[in-house]
Amino acid sequence: MQAGAGQRSVPMPGLRLEGIEKRFGAVVALREVGLDIEQGQFVCLLGPSGCGKTTLLRIIAGLEVPSAGQVLLDGQDLTGVPAHDRGFGMVFQSLALFPHLSVGENIAYPLKIRGVSRPEQEQRITTLLDLVRLPGVAGRHISQLSGGQRQRVAIARALALEPKLFLLDEPLSALDAKLREDMQIELRLLQQRLGITTIVVTHDQREAMSMADVVVVMGDNRIQQVGAPLDIYRRPVNRFVADFIGTSNLVAGRFNGGAVEIQGVSFAVASAAEGLRDGAEATVCIRPEDVRIRADGEAGPNRLRGRISFVRDLGATVQISLDCAGMPLLCLTMPQEHGSHRQGSEVTVELPAEACRALGQ
Amino acid sequence: MIRQAPQGRDHVIAAYPVVMLAVFFLVPFGIMVAVSVFHRVQGGFYEPGFEFTSYARFFTPFFGRVLGFSILAAGITALVCVALGFPFTYFLTRLSRFRQVPLLVFLLAVLSLSEVIIGFCWSILLSRTAGLSNLLVAAGLLDQPSAWTPGFGALLAGLCYLALPYAVLVLYPALSRLDPELVEAARTLGASPLKTFFTVVVPVLRPAIVAALVMVFVFSLGAYLLPQLLGKPQHWTLSVMITDQAIYQSNLPFAAAMAVFLLAVSLPLVGLTQWLGRKGRPGT
Repeated sequence: MQAGAGQRSVPMPGLRLEGIEKRFGAVVALREVGLDIEQGQFVCLLGPSGCGKTTLLRIIAGLEVPSAGQVLLDGQDLTGVPAHDRGFGMVFQSLALFPHLSVGENIAYPLKIRGVSRPEQEQRITTLLDLVRLPGVAGRHISQLSGGQRQRVAIARALALEPKLFLLDEPLSALDAKLREDMQIELRLLQQRLGITTIVVTHDQREAMSMADVVVVMGDNRIQQVGAPLDIYRRPVNRFVADFIGTSNLVAGRFNGGAVEIQGVSFAVASAAEGLRDGAEATVCIRPEDVRIRADGEAGPNRLRGRISFVRDLGATVQISLDCAGMPLLCLTMPQEHGSHRQGSEVTVELPAEACRALGQ
Repeated sequence: MIRQAPQGRDHVIAAYPVVMLAVFFLVPFGIMVAVSVFHRVQGGFYEPGFEFTSYARFFTPFFGRVLGFSILAAGITALVCVALGFPFTYFLTRLSRFRQVPLLVFLLAVLSLSEVIIGFCWSILLSRTAGLSNLLVAAGLLDQPSAWTPGFGALLAGLCYLALPYAVLVLYPALSRLDPELVEAARTLGASPLKTFFTVVVPVLRPAIVAALVMVFVFSLGAYLLPQLLGKPQHWTLSVMITDQAIYQSNLPFAAAMAVFLLAVSLPLVGLTQWLGRKGRPGT
């Protein structure tokens, strides 16, 4: 798994995107997108709205033609193949269930188009409805189903042709929070059972983190970072990713030999983004749960003085807002650790070197 | 309803459409029904009475043929208009709003043309001396120019031209609301664009198609100038007969009776079309 067009080798089973660009008139929707997805992987395209993630999914589905670049499946060029000849299953944001057909007829639609025999269609409908745990609703009308049930029918229909690629565009966005989390787990289990290569577009990072093998973070119409969810959380490559994935303290300074100078104090960092040079403007990224508050007041490496400006006790966790000489920091602790920290008290804040990462400006 | 409106206000709100319907529809229709059973005074007007003499005049092969032809012409016009208007509207709604507006304005401009102007234009266009056949002669496709009017084809052309904008206007809202993801879903499920059109777009929009068929059918049933301008006497519809009786023969009871009869025959046809449109839709 790597970003960018890698070296050409023996075609491996899976999807490869090479130099994909998409322009709508003068507007650039995607630039220089290169991506390899291995067979059987669960991939999330994650990014804020307007970052081009849906456009990329539509290009993979064949609903949009890229302005430049290639889409390859198992080494075969699909760029010019129309959507109806690709044989991919897709779940749309609106679900796009056919309102004039019953549940069973919706699922059988692709089978009918392919000329599958009537008894075989019936059998597939039963199998697929069992698969999405919705047995016995084949005769019902779409309007008689709840949101979650429609979701399952849309998934069953997309899987009817046993597609090589399963594409989902914000599939869970219409569901309420509780149901959405259940469906995330269910979708992941279903994908593992079928071993089908799956690409999901989402703007919800929790959704991406809980389902994906690989998260593709997109922003500013390009791929920002590709990696395992925890890897992206722990080692963001730039400010955008650090800011978009989870909550980060981002402190500006100057990079200098494995440390970042902030307000004249040198802070050691355990890792730095690739290509960061000495003397360059840099940002220290540290997660709120890694920020330590020391009551002892001792000075030391990676420590600075600060004042507690606000305490938000959320029960399970405590959020402490700090003001270190005009520089705001957020600290997340457990209730038992926060002890006597009160609003207004002067404290020493430690940014442990092993949790600090230097990023480009 | 979240808020229960006071009873009295409900009545006021309901009264408005009732009064409008009564003044502009029920009362005139009542007068027409009454006149249809009045006694005609030969060479004069009519006097109150109660007789079915006017109705009795229908039961002749002549009026049966006129009625049959009227329904046939209106039916064919409805089918042609929807067959032409549906793809037109479909492609129109896929255009950007910026491009849709001039086309819609053009279409509405056609509505401002009167039936008389449309009739005369078509009779010139299809005539032997100045018509389109002269172009075919110039192109070497015909030996000599021929007259295509008056005739059934000319009548249909005129009726379709007159009614097409109405078909488009009835279809437009439903087609512009059609979720484009339905079409895309069908594509990803293996349906070619043509197959998608017939297995998804047309069935989903069946209510709008039925509404357009009914609208054009009823509209062209009432056309009385075009059959006289573009048709031969055997192409005169019941509406022409009604006009003839009411204006030239001064036989208002008979004209009224024919109008009532036309309504009585076309209403069940409209109902039948609606029923066929609803049939086969699951869950409704």
